[in-house]
Amino acid sequence: MTADPSPPSSPASAPARSPLFEARGIVKRYGNFTANDHVDLTVLHGERHALLGENGAGKSTFVKMIYGALQPSEGEFFWEGKPLRLSGPAEARRLGIGMAFQHFSIFEGLTALENVALALPPEPLAALEKRVREVSADYGLPVDPSKPVHALSVGERQRVELLRCLLQNPRLLILDEPTSVLTPQEAETLFRALEKLSAEGCAILYISHRLEEVRALCSRATILRRGKVTAEVDPRATTARALAEAMVGAEILDVKRPSGDQPRGEEILQVERLSLPADGPFGVALKEISFALRGGEILGVAGVAGEGQNEFMDALTGERRAPEAGMIRIMGSPAGRLDPTGRRRLGAAFAPEERNGHGAVGEAPLSEALFLTRRHEAGAMGAGGWLSRAWAAAETRRIRARFDVRAAGEDPPARSLSGGNLQKFLMGREIARAPKLLIAAQPGWGVDAGAAAAIQSALRELADQGAAVLVVSQDLDEIFALADRIAVISRGRLSEAYPAAEMTPERVGLLMGAGHSSPEAAA
Amino acid sequence: MIRLEPRAAPSKLMATLSPLIAILLTLIAGALLFAALGQNPWRALRVYFLSPFDDAYMRAEVLVKAVPLALMGAGLAVCFRANVWNIGAAGQFTLGAIGAGAAALFIPAESPFAMLAVPLIAGALCGMAWAAVPAALRTRLGVNEILVSLMLTYVAALLLDWLVRGPWRNPRGFGFPQTNAFPDWAHAPILVEGTRLHVGAFLAVAAALGLGLMMSRTLRGLRLRVTGGAPRAARFAGFSAAGDVWFALLLSGGLAGLAGALEATSTVGRLQPEIGAQAGFTAIIVAFLGRLNPIGALLGALVLAVSAIGGENAQILLNLPKNVAGVFQGMLLFFLLACDALINYRPRLVARRRA
Repeated sequence: MTADPSPPSSPASAPARSPLFEARGIVKRYGNFTANDHVDLTVLHGERHALLGENGAGKSTFVKMIYGALQPSEGEFFWEGKPLRLSGPAEARRLGIGMAFQHFSIFEGLTALENVALALPPEPLAALEKRVREVSADYGLPVDPSKPVHALSVGERQRVELLRCLLQNPRLLILDEPTSVLTPQEAETLFRALEKLSAEGCAILYISHRLEEVRALCSRATILRRGKVTAEVDPRATTARALAEAMVGAEILDVKRPSGDQPRGEEILQVERLSLPADGPFGVALKEISFALRGGEILGVAGVAGEGQNEFMDALTGERRAPEAGMIRIMGSPAGRLDPTGRRRLGAAFAPEERNGHGAVGEAPLSEALFLTRRHEAGAMGAGGWLSRAWAAAETRRIRARFDVRAAGEDPPARSLSGGNLQKFLMGREIARAPKLLIAAQPGWGVDAGAAAAIQSALRELADQGAAVLVVSQDLDEIFALADRIAVISRGRLSEAYPAAEMTPERVGLLMGAGHSSPEAAA
Repeated sequence: MIRLEPRAAPSKLMATLSPLIAILLTLIAGALLFAALGQNPWRALRVYFLSPFDDAYMRAEVLVKAVPLALMGAGLAVCFRANVWNIGAAGQFTLGAIGAGAAALFIPAESPFAMLAVPLIAGALCGMAWAAVPAALRTRLGVNEILVSLMLTYVAALLLDWLVRGPWRNPRGFGFPQTNAFPDWAHAPILVEGTRLHVGAFLAVAAALGLGLMMSRTLRGLRLRVTGGAPRAARFAGFSAAGDVWFALLLSGGLAGLAGALEATSTVGRLQPEIGAQAGFTAIIVAFLGRLNPIGALLGALVLAVSAIGGENAQILLNLPKNVAGVFQGMLLFFLLACDALINYRPRLVARRRA
């Protein structure tokens, strides 16, 4: 790393635009696998720098080394020009490196204030509370410090995590996918705080796969692909599409969009005033959910985590039964009291968000995963409950060929596949059945951009063949890329479904946050 | 402070070798134990692990001991795989002995039912009935099956005690707490003349092979594995968890009952307070030693049978207390679980963090 192309658009502030943190030739090996291959990266004082890369590109490994949680196999870090060797996260924090994790490390039973106190040197709680309130007001990150964390929304919890970092006066703040659980409005609040922070001289290393955000927020982006730096660009001067292509290393397939007024088929799924009590203290109750889904269309259900989409999925798959059979009808048959197998027999197929341990058993070979959802098919079972291994092997080969599932060996354990390949296999498992109804949760979660595009195309194709498709996702890009109609789930209620053409991310965000006014009122 | 961190990729090879490593560690720890007891460790280990192979009778005795262990171990392996923790095989074994004893004592010799299969089936059904109690409580009320099955072991032992001291006592038994000797028809055919080895050995092998096939090749086996390994995936697949709990408990209870019936009819030949129900606890070690695989449990049963016979020999030849055999079994289970833990987790010394 030699040249230092400080982009002209970045706000000039703080000490001179000199490097705060530098990584030179960082290599991290795990056995034969090289997670980071000679990575160079420079973060300037007060700079907002993005680290982009698809899933498995090596971003998390790299960041953990900066935070001292992992040691590099080769290469060196520099802090203000001096060589840096970190013994652990505690030393990183002392130096002024702060990190806000994707999965917050906060205790649900404690208050926001107590959580902050745990991370700091001992000081009287009253004094700390005053500081928390000041910092929270300063940066426009409203949180009530006295509230227990379990009563906070996901966005508020993230603010607690962030405040905790800010109170340690960081000079380099690392954020790992901070907006993955936020509504667009909450993300906007976060961006304002980050902009203020960097204007004060704190450098920000921002890890994300959301290209639009990176373009809005960051002045420089380092792109990682398979552990190597493939590009260092000014994201504002680059299109989102070009950034994505640098991440994936190939041209992204465009998902074919429907013309909009294509004829719709018959109603395949009808849900009628479906209510379900909360399952445990942290569950969400479903309240009077009603909608209908026709063949040929894709309905996108948006919503941030913890607003009831897990419960919604469980109710649709039959993992939790509805109180009355008539609340859910599949192909006209009452299905509310049926178990998942019964619903599959009516033509439904399901793809849960979690692949290992829910959609498949991690330790078990791929072919065995077929019996979880397709054992009622002709040929799958011999007489007397014997599994037909020949059927499973042939079907596994067929799915792997058709959906380009790459993995080592003929029949590897599900866990050994990358997120994208396992998802392609499990989607393939359901699509190969030619279901009349497919319900998928977060189909693009943890999946690289290439696989995500392939999965989106497969879903579109399935709908074009006349099936009804329901996609539940927190990822608005995914919803907008796929859906013909969009509804929002919030606090266990489902909004009306609006044509995708009439929706914008802002309207969806307002529906997420503020009950269920019509989009006209929301706009 | 030592912290256990999960390993990214636990070694397959080590997982397979783990029972052998555990046996080796048990031998080393055993040698130290013998030395501490003032014995020549080499001689003591020889008595423990090699003397059971000294003559044909002894070898047959090893198999006699292995039969109930293998039957119960195979059932428990299936049960534990399904994440159902039947700790009360000893109680189900005792009930099996009682059921078989009732059939052997009260079916007249001229009845068409006076054949070996009847006490064996009666024993298996009684074992299932005893295991049905924890199954019902767990599936209906969410009661922990570990506690219920374990507690019922003591109830079963007291029930047997009462029967052999009270209503079923042999009136001409000089006051000893035991029943009449069972009739000949209730005794399993002997395989090797001059030993106690009976056809029950075939049943044990058949059960292990059958259950091994069931676990790997049938939908039932798949269900049990998925339910045990990934309960959410089982729900997603539409497998009823309650059905699997019932199946696992009834299967392992039935096999324990069968083992008790065989032991009562064909090894002991009557009911008495001590009929070897302790084997129900040893079978837990057998199941783990066999990697929770029914066929592996067959091998595990042989290892533990050798150490049991060796322990008896050690009492006679070395004047060692009987409990040493129990200590050996305990060490074996301890090392086995420790090996498994270290295969899946890496210990790391971490400095206590100062605030």
